[in-house]
Order: sequence, then C-alpha cells, then structure tokens
Amino acid sequence: MAEIRVNPTRMELLRLKRRLVVARRGHKLLKDKRDELMKRFLDVVRENRTRREAMERQLAAAHRGFVLARATMRPEAVESALMMGSAPLMLGLDTLNVMSVEVPVFLPEPQDAARSDVPPYGLASTSGELDGAILALRGAFEGMLSLAAAEKAAQLLADEIERTRRRVNSLEYILIPSLVETIHSITAKLEENERGARTRLMKVKDRLVERAVAERAERERLAGNA
Amino acid sequence: MYRVGVIGDRDSVMGFRALGLVVLVAETREEISAAVQEALRQDCAVLFITEHAAVLVPDELEALRLRKLPAVVPIPSTRGTLGLGMEQVKETVKKAVGVDILGFDRAPEGKETDR
Repeated sequence: MAEIRVNPTRMELLRLKRRLVVARRGHKLLKDKRDELMKRFLDVVRENRTRREAMERQLAAAHRGFVLARATMRPEAVESALMMGSAPLMLGLDTLNVMSVEVPVFLPEPQDAARSDVPPYGLASTSGELDGAILALRGAFEGMLSLAAAEKAAQLLADEIERTRRRVNSLEYILIPSLVETIHSITAKLEENERGARTRLMKVKDRLVERAVAERAERERLAGNA
Repeated sequence: MYRVGVIGDRDSVMGFRALGLVVLVAETREEISAAVQEALRQDCAVLFITEHAAVLVPDELEALRLRKLPAVVPIPSTRGTLGLGMEQVKETVKKAVGVDILGFDRAPEGKETDR
C-alpha cells in the first residue's frame, strides 16, 4: 500500500491521526448509508418487477383488443378514429426524496370524468370493440405510469448505491490503510531518530569520559615525575 | 407541465392517441432516434418505447437512463415482448448489488453485500 509522502515530523503525525479519525467516521457513515439505500432499493425493485409483469399482461390484452377492433372495422376507419386524438394528457411532476436521491413522481392531470368516458371519435363509424380496446389501454396506462416512476426510482437508486459503494471501498481499501501505514512509518521514524539521538549522546559521553580518564592519567604521570 | 410520449410501430402505438399521449410512429433506426429527440423536445417526462424499437437505439436510451428525466420505459409491442424490460430490471439489480441474483425477489432481507 502506497504511503503518503510527508515529512516525518510530530506535527505531520498529529495531522494524519486527525485525518484517520475523520476517515473512519466517514467510512462508517457511508457504509450505513449504503446499507439503508440497499434496503430501500430492494423494496423498490421488487415493486418494479411486479408492476412490470402486471403492465406487460395488461398491455398485451389491450393489443389483442385492437386486433379485434381492426377485424370488425375497416382499417382506415380505425386509423381515422384514432387520428382524432384527444385532449393532450398533461403530467405534473413531483419529486420524492429517498435517502437524498431525488426520485420523480408522476401525477397525471385529472381529466374530468365525463370527457374520459366518451371516446374522442364519432360512434357511428366505429365498433364497440374499439371502445373496449381503448378502455383496456386506459387501464393499462395507469399501470404503465406507476411502472415508469418505479423503474426510474430503481435506476437512480442503483446509481447512487454504486457511487456510495465506490466511496466506501476507496475509504476502506485505499485511504484508511495508507493513513495507517503512514502513521506507522512516521512513528517508527521518530522512534528511530530518538534512538539515534540517544546512542549519539552515549557515544559523546563515552568519548568525554575517555578523554577525562586520559587527562587524569596524564596529570598523574606528570605528578609522579615531579 | 410535462407530456407522455410513445414510440414504436404504428399498430403498437396508435391506440395511445386516444389517451392524449404524444405518439411518434417510427420503425427504422433513424426514425426512432429522430423520434427520441422529438420526444425530448416536446418535454416528455415519461417515454414509452416498444422493445422492438428500443433494441435499435440502445446507446441513446442508455444516455437517458441516468438522467432524472425522462423515464424511458420499454413496453411490449403487438409482436409481444422480447424480455428486454425485465432484462433491464435485472441489469439495475446487478449494478446495485454487484451480482446478478436472478431470483432477486427471493433475496434475504437486509443481506450484507460488500461489492
């Protein structure tokens, strides 16, 4: 693990120790966030799955209805009936905050009941099957809209989970180990310096003693000669 | 205010006109990618696209996936489903959990996952 290149001083050591404390706390918080996100995500994705299954069933039924309608009417008549269109459906948008992930909520503008029951085309040239098909499609559409919200929520949450996981891992496997290692190496270096200083002092003292002994021997020799 | 868009072959999407959606009929690759741009231009917050159309423009849809809007939702066409929608749900799970737990609905509660 690469250690951080810093001067091995006591000040650096203190700084690194403080950073380590912060990193550990951040790691713990992010890990909690990831776990909670995961919990929410599993709920959302489960809902996503059941809604998708239901939607695919409903939509297939609606498609069958249209096939029937085309069979009972001239294709051009179906075309022109549908070409009439209807009042544009507007969608309100709200956002829901799930663990600080902004998730969209779609609110279809309520169309007044009277209008939504009456098909937008003339009844003379169309068959009952077409009405039925459109009704089925309307039913399927509600499911489709809630599926859209659930699916988007799942995707956005998955994205956030992935990001959080990367952060947790980089703290856990990169930053924290390298801080620990650097702190260790600085401590070792400081101790080494201390030992070096001590041995140097001892050496100096030895030399001083040696010199003192030699001087005294010299004095005694001179005194003996005198 | 936003609108809802539908892209796909004529038979699959025409019915949505009766619901007041933005219906864009497109079948070739170029038509579909033009339709996607048109849907964005018309402020579609939700964009339904038939699976048969979605497989032709995977890159463009992928780019929209991480944006907050629009929500792109693959739907089965009259020719049935390709399983693309479910596949996408599984992809999402794989991205979040890290492994493709196929029966993800049976995953144990609060399962610890590190990767």
